[in-house]
Amino acid sequence: MTSARGDTKIMSNQQTVEVDLARRLSGGDVSAFEPFVEAIRNKLFQYSFMTCGQREDAEEVAQETLLRAFQQFDQLREPEHVRTWIFRIARNFCLMKRRKSVFAPNPKQELSLDELRPSFRDHGNGLKLEIADWKMLPDQKAIAGEMSAALRDAIRELPDLYRSTLLLRDMEGLSTKETAEVLDLTEDVVKQRLHRARLAVRQKIDAYLMKGVPA
Amino acid sequence: MTLECDDVFAKLSEYLDGELPEAVCAKLQTHIEDCEPCVEFVESLRKSIELCKGKLPEEGPGPLTPGQKDDLLTAYRKTLENKP
Repeated sequence: MTSARGDTKIMSNQQTVEVDLARRLSGGDVSAFEPFVEAIRNKLFQYSFMTCGQREDAEEVAQETLLRAFQQFDQLREPEHVRTWIFRIARNFCLMKRRKSVFAPNPKQELSLDELRPSFRDHGNGLKLEIADWKMLPDQKAIAGEMSAALRDAIRELPDLYRSTLLLRDMEGLSTKETAEVLDLTEDVVKQRLHRARLAVRQKIDAYLMKGVPA
Repeated sequence: MTLECDDVFAKLSEYLDGELPEAVCAKLQTHIEDCEPCVEFVESLRKSIELCKGKLPEEGPGPLTPGQKDDLLTAYRKTLENKP
């Protein structure tokens, strides 16, 4: 098994496009306005929807975030950090929205590593892990319907700080450093929360694969 | 579960993200190669992370209304006007 990636943050094509658009907008190029909105709005909606729990709230957060960003675009000193900058704004709007909403997911606040550990069973010829056969899982492009709903529920059921970390790192592709900046955490705390969040999601999907019911 | 398995369990995300020092990474890799439960567990977490990294289907905002678009464009133009 090789490591998934190195220490250096490599921008995805989409991030490169966003940075280029942000740079053009900073320079007053109005023709970058529409493609920038198109590139960012969907991401803001997805992050907010998973955080706030309601479509309407997520739509409002996406719009409020973009509005605030355009009102303060002259404050974006480094266009290469546009994603971190804009998700910090979105994060604050989400927090405000969550305080007012009765629909926002609000599970217990901490995840213990011990609860996320897989169990073993003695099958006569040694201990075996009691987990589903993940090799049978279709690849990402094939997931749909129930499986997709199970994944969404697993993420929504995470405590807020763990959910935010996972959404920014794994779904939005921010680096550990960028995620730490958005959430005002140290990089070590981001790594710890990300690991527990991933283990919790893995556990829920595992239960879904084994029994078709949530853990 | 051995102490080495426990180590893999505790550091697996950093291992998969390539965020561990080389020596620690090599030590974990050596153990994983010889440990069937760890191979299984690593695969399950790796696939779970892949699922999260993919875009969830059926999730997107409604179309931007002309009013919303105007508000954003007006805000941007105002910022440009006020720029020193």
